Amino acid sequence: MTGAEIAFVIIGVVAVVGALRVVTARNVVRAALYLVVTLSAVAGVYLLLSAEFVAWVQILIYVGAIVILFLFGLMLTKAPIGREALDNQRRGVAFLVGLAILAGLVYLIQGAFDWDAARIEPFEGSVAAVGSSIFSRFVLPFEVISFLLLAALIGAIVLSRKEDRP
Amino acid sequence: MIRLPLVLFLSATLFSIGVYGVLARRNAVLVLMSIELMLNAVNINLVAFGAALHDLTGQVFALFVITVAAAEVGIGLAIVILIYRNRETINVDEVNLLKW
Repeated sequence: MTGAEIAFVIIGVVAVVGALRVVTARNVVRAALYLVVTLSAVAGVYLLLSAEFVAWVQILIYVGAIVILFLFGLMLTKAPIGREALDNQRRGVAFLVGLAILAGLVYLIQGAFDWDAARIEPFEGSVAAVGSSIFSRFVLPFEVISFLLLAALIGAIVLSRKEDRP
Repeated sequence: MIRLPLVLFLSATLFSIGVYGVLARRNAVLVLMSIELMLNAVNINLVAFGAALHDLTGQVFALFVITVAAAEVGIGLAIVILIYRNRETINVDEVNLLKW
């Protein structure tokens, strides 16, 4: 275990505990706040994987924008408190499905990668290199993504507008 | 130095928790939150493979996925608020207009 791995395990445990609380919390606002914990921990994982720009984008977009959007969505809808009101009756089946997917993925991963050979060395992933990659090699997907965001913006406005036609 | 399978195990765990949340929750906003967990697991995978291969493409795609997630949450919450306005509930098992 190197120092980076110990830090990774600590951050990963925080992320997993936060995620578990997101899907089991009895209060919807608390679920949203635990989502903040998980998303911040994932940003820490990005930092450890030497992806600074993605980490700060994660903080800005996810923690700054998406969670606020979730909180507004919770405020504008009536959300009861309590497990029976928030979960459906098929919790056991859902747990089994999640466990089966986890077991399958873990089996595949430990079969596909050599535990000691596949390692991530820190490298210099500069923001300038990411930017030039976006604007040279991936400029067409970038434009498509901007168009998608515009369409989503207009769609959200059209959907949530009050009908005032006679 | 971080071992790659360790990162992949974390992402698999987050993905499975997200799947559980999508299946077990009945509040539509909480279902959307669980979808965000799954998208984050995918992003961890992209960044981890990019870091293992010393290639920036993974980071670029993670940024694209974050953007698509933002658009998805915007549209999703608009639909949820519309359903609440019409049906007075956002429990996904009570919204069965299209159920045959």
